[in-house]
Amino acid sequence: MSAAIEPQADWEPKIIAFLCNWCSYAGADLAGVSRIQYPPNVRIVRVPCSSRVNPLYIIKSIQHGADGVLVSGCHPGDCHYISGNYYARRRFALLKSMLEFVGIEPGRVNFSWVSAAEGEKFARVVKDVVETVKALGPAERLVKRGWSNE
Amino acid sequence: MSELEELLRAKARQLLAEGQVQQVIGYERGTVPLRARPCFVRDPEQVERLVWNPHCENNLATYLHQADGKVAIVAKGCDARSIVNEIVERQVPRGDVVIIGVPCQGVVDRRKVEELLDGRDAFDGQITQGHLVIHGTDFEESVELQAVWNDSCATCRHRNPPVYDILIGELVEAEDGEDVFVAVRELEAKTADERWAYFSSEFSRCIRCYACRQACPSCYCPECFVDQTQPSWFAKSDELSDVMAFHLVRAYHVAGRCLDCGACARACPMGIDLRTLSRKLQKDVRELFDYEPGMDVEAAPALGSYRQDDSDKFIK
Repeated sequence: MSAAIEPQADWEPKIIAFLCNWCSYAGADLAGVSRIQYPPNVRIVRVPCSSRVNPLYIIKSIQHGADGVLVSGCHPGDCHYISGNYYARRRFALLKSMLEFVGIEPGRVNFSWVSAAEGEKFARVVKDVVETVKALGPAERLVKRGWSNE
Repeated sequence: MSELEELLRAKARQLLAEGQVQQVIGYERGTVPLRARPCFVRDPEQVERLVWNPHCENNLATYLHQADGKVAIVAKGCDARSIVNEIVERQVPRGDVVIIGVPCQGVVDRRKVEELLDGRDAFDGQITQGHLVIHGTDFEESVELQAVWNDSCATCRHRNPPVYDILIGELVEAEDGEDVFVAVRELEAKTADERWAYFSSEFSRCIRCYACRQACPSCYCPECFVDQTQPSWFAKSDELSDVMAFHLVRAYHVAGRCLDCGACARACPMGIDLRTLSRKLQKDVRELFDYEPGMDVEAAPALGSYRQDDSDKFIK
């Protein structure tokens, strides 16, 4: 995956979405089977739990061509593993604050709680994230420009 | 030899002779003037090597988890807190470490001294009445200790070890008043562009020697993420993207654990400002989770625990 250097007129953002298997992935599935329309800019990666998402994945996604990242898990109290999302919440609070501190735009990295029954909410979150990232333009900071090792 | 050194050596001799510990980790005179270096004493006959002075800058907790058997370790306020961290994180059993607490007034920043000497060679130095007196071949210079303190010592709030088994000397008075997060607040007030420019210019000097990681008492993973090849998380280039990623993840990995001993910044050969990013995380951990690392061996680590009412504000 090589990073876009020149923003093109027909540029569309690429969003990597890490969705937990038990809630948000099922929420995305519900959005699909309910034929709810949402922008096709998300690339979904299914993970066992939002706390499975190593913050490294988020940094690496941006480094290698994602214009935005979305991490979504179960609502607090609903975690399949009882408390995974509580730990994840602490981690991501720090990560988001740290990335903003070094100058990464706040809209690049997004978090949401979407349950398996919230197909509508999933579509809304994706729309919202895509709009925000579109407004920001292609990712520039932290993007790897040199040769790609892939 | 100061009175404290005498006390320290006597204690070390006793611990080793009675077989209470297998080794004492402390400081000895460095091979260069005005420096001290870590030393590992296993023989009671060799306790004379031990010194204690404001040149004892290394954070000795770094060596703790590699040591076998029972260990006594000389610990300043920050070192003791790092040791508490290692106990909290189950790296060292509390019973295997004898903490020899030494109240600390600060350590001398060798770079500030070098700057002061401006190329002249020093061959000896003493500390008398709040001054560092440096002797060279054809000069003698006296400087106030305040002027050459390490930056992290200038804002230190925990000069006394919070946990110790043996105390050498008297506890010093805790200072407060100065806002310890001044540098972080100043940067926070700037725009995202300015902050990016600042960190880009700092981290672009990085030569990826990993001295910061080696010096850090909290970086003890058997295999660091930057050394892993399966998968290879980040390329080993000096491109800003990779360097930035390394520094972000490094700072993040010590989030909620870093207590600003300043070992990373002292070890950095390029003089990069490594502390501000770590300080920011320290400030967040304090504000969001009300946690101060290294104070209590019973405490649950900030990222190893949670509260149901932690802030949800950033989550859609």
